[in-house]
Amino acid sequence: MSEVLVRVYDVPAPVITASSLTKKYKEFAAVDGISFEVAPGESFGLLGPNGAGKSTTMRMVGAVSTRTSGDLTILDMDPNEHGPEIRAQLGVVPQADNLDTELRVRDNLLVYGRYFGLPRAAIAKRADELLEFAQLADRAKAKVDDLSGGMKRRLTIARALINEPRILLLDEPTTGLDPQARHILWDRLFRLKEQGTTLVLTTHYMDEAEQLCDRIVVVDKGQIMAEGSPAALIREHSSREVLEVRFGSDRNEGAALQLEGIGDRIEVLPDRILVYASSGEEALVAVTNRGLEPVTSLVRRSSLEDVFLTLTGRSLVE
Amino acid sequence: MSGVSIPPVRVGKAWYVTEHKIRAMRGYAGTLIATGIGTPFLYLFAFGVGLATLITQNVGPNPNITYLQFVAPALLASAALLVAQEEYTFGILLGLKWNPTFVAMNSSPITPRQIVDGIMIFVLIRMIITTTIYFLVMILFGAITWGWGALTIVAGLLAGFAFSPVAAYSATIEEDRGQFAILQRTIILPLTLFSGTVFPLTQLPIFLQWIGWLSPLWHASELGRQFSYGPTEPIWLTVIHVVYLVGLGVLGWQLCVRKVARRLNK
Repeated sequence: MSEVLVRVYDVPAPVITASSLTKKYKEFAAVDGISFEVAPGESFGLLGPNGAGKSTTMRMVGAVSTRTSGDLTILDMDPNEHGPEIRAQLGVVPQADNLDTELRVRDNLLVYGRYFGLPRAAIAKRADELLEFAQLADRAKAKVDDLSGGMKRRLTIARALINEPRILLLDEPTTGLDPQARHILWDRLFRLKEQGTTLVLTTHYMDEAEQLCDRIVVVDKGQIMAEGSPAALIREHSSREVLEVRFGSDRNEGAALQLEGIGDRIEVLPDRILVYASSGEEALVAVTNRGLEPVTSLVRRSSLEDVFLTLTGRSLVE
Repeated sequence: MSGVSIPPVRVGKAWYVTEHKIRAMRGYAGTLIATGIGTPFLYLFAFGVGLATLITQNVGPNPNITYLQFVAPALLASAALLVAQEEYTFGILLGLKWNPTFVAMNSSPITPRQIVDGIMIFVLIRMIITTTIYFLVMILFGAITWGWGALTIVAGLLAGFAFSPVAAYSATIEEDRGQFAILQRTIILPLTLFSGTVFPLTQLPIFLQWIGWLSPLWHASELGRQFSYGPTEPIWLTVIHVVYLVGLGVLGWQLCVRKVARRLNK
């Protein structure tokens, strides 16, 4: 009994609590009554397609957008009442970089630190550490416009860390970056996660959500469709494996009819057919046994993309 | 609340916004200083020396005042207005749209009100630099004949401040469709021409004089004249100049805070 009690007390209070959180623009509900909690040190993701309401949610959590209804508490404070106090403890990486292009790389960190009322000497020291962390130490005096997309993103993250935030909000952190730049960024974010920083990120990349998030909510049309760890969501909403077969654009529809009964479920996409099955290989054998010869075939593990497809009937990246 | 420490929100945060603007200004400080010094020389020479040779009478209520002395306070006010106009148009839209530093500031503890206040302080600093240089050049040209002449600078600053409704307007612009060029041609230029700057307002037909009465530039030019060569108008009119300029300035400033706050709260 006492052990249970200790455990209950050990559970740290959530740093973010949203309950029936709603944001309407005139009649359109961009965020339509979503509820979630984020624990300290957790890495929490909002996964959904463009226009799902992820960025709007992030702006409300970032205490810069007033909610239409519902409740929201960040670090035990209501953003309607304590916006500046909340923002003092957040780091924000917005979807579109808003670095100051009139200032050099290091100066961007210096002016931003001042907004938090930090002393100049402390900011200068922290700026140098962060430039190291963001692998931009050799670009300290460069113009922002001369940086690559990945470097700008890393500088924005460095800037967001200048106040040693308790929560780091990242809105689509790697959208528009090439694969190498994404991996560098993921590595940096993973280090922050290891250091115990609470991460809240939005993404429409399932691999990003799988890499970085302990727990995700799948969002579509302003509502939460499912919640859980990436592995649990896949277990719950998809089969273990997926067989992808292509018969050519005009023949997929027809072929799909002949595939009926193979695997747990079949999904026809414009360019390919997905067969959800516990064993992809066995499913492929079943396909060929029916006399069908796909142009290409691929067996892979189920991903969050499949979860989203199952839940909404649409793909994440359209 | 355990474990959560709320850092005190300090007053005077607007200054951090000003600091940012000053740091950004360093990049083009050379140009600003060169135009700040060059402009008064050019204008005072052209109007006060060149044009003045043609104009020897009708410049105001006091026959002892030269054309140079008449035109100089108005030129100083115009210079301040030009600085304000630049910051209240391009400066505002730059921060909201083209290089959205206001959005970045707003994700820190800085509030929209502090952003606008910080910009106002920055504009004030830029205007003080410009008008002080102007004033010194005016002394060089012998355009200041009264002990209270330094207050001409204050009249100039009020001219710029009274232009703040333009900042509020700029904060509402979503798409740049050349609104600033239209503003320049349809409002600023006529105001400059018909505000009793290069000739007394009373020289205009009465049906055009209302432009001057509405124009911050006329009020500021007349106010500046009261300081640069001594009072020539009843004191109540001087008080009206000050009240009008301050009133317009405060109105525009507060309106700008509201517009920026609404725009940043999406």
